[in-house]
Amino acid sequence: MTATTVTDRIEKTVIVKAPRSRVWQAISDAKQFGQWFKVQLDGEFKAGTTINGTITYPGYEGLKLEIVVERIEPERFFSYRWHPGDPKADYSAEPMTLVEFTLEDAGAHTRLTIVESGFDRIPLARRAEAFRMNEGGWTEQVEHIQRYVAKS
Amino acid sequence: MFAALGDETRLQIVARLCAEGPLSITRLSEGAGVTRQAITKHLNALSAAGLAKNVKSGREQIWELETRRLEMARRCLDRISDQWDVAIDRLKAMVED
Repeated sequence: MTATTVTDRIEKTVIVKAPRSRVWQAISDAKQFGQWFKVQLDGEFKAGTTINGTITYPGYEGLKLEIVVERIEPERFFSYRWHPGDPKADYSAEPMTLVEFTLEDAGAHTRLTIVESGFDRIPLARRAEAFRMNEGGWTEQVEHIQRYVAKS
Repeated sequence: MFAALGDETRLQIVARLCAEGPLSITRLSEGAGVTRQAITKHLNALSAAGLAKNVKSGREQIWELETRRLEMARRCLDRISDQWDVAIDRLKAMVED
């Protein structure tokens, strides 16, 4: 299974109106990361280390999160693995997804690309259950399916 | 579930069931470039993942997609994608003047 399907990854690219060094701080400093991601982390980001966190996001406060830091290239690249989805579910026995942050200059600003990948290895039947409260109004979804299988 | 889709023949089967509706194994085998046995094996894998179901057994099995499951899987990814959007907005608010 070498091909990447559209179901395997989420990719976001945004221009952040701040210098690359500032964006890097916000992402690589565990305290600052925690501020915008709404998680309290119990350590610093260091390659190869595992950090535990507690979600501070309203509605999910107190839930646990585990981050395994992979690679850090100052001001350019940061990656870690974690369990995706609803933090209320217990994913500890399942494979983790990989999250990669890439920073590039965009004039005086910063182009930030975030990729989360590895969803194809997650048994989504379980995740689907976690989101069951949102089922309803799915009548036109066949189009979605056609679109994503066509792209694969 | 997505792992069950990570195979080209299986994706093809899903695409055909999606476009053409319920199909027999014979029809699915036509033009698939693989044997009937292989198609049956893939259908069973899709069934185990809750993605397809056998709606008429007997002499000629008819298979159709279990669309609700696929829809929910797609929705999960959309939800995680939305969560990233919201988090990115907070990041921007923090570092932008």
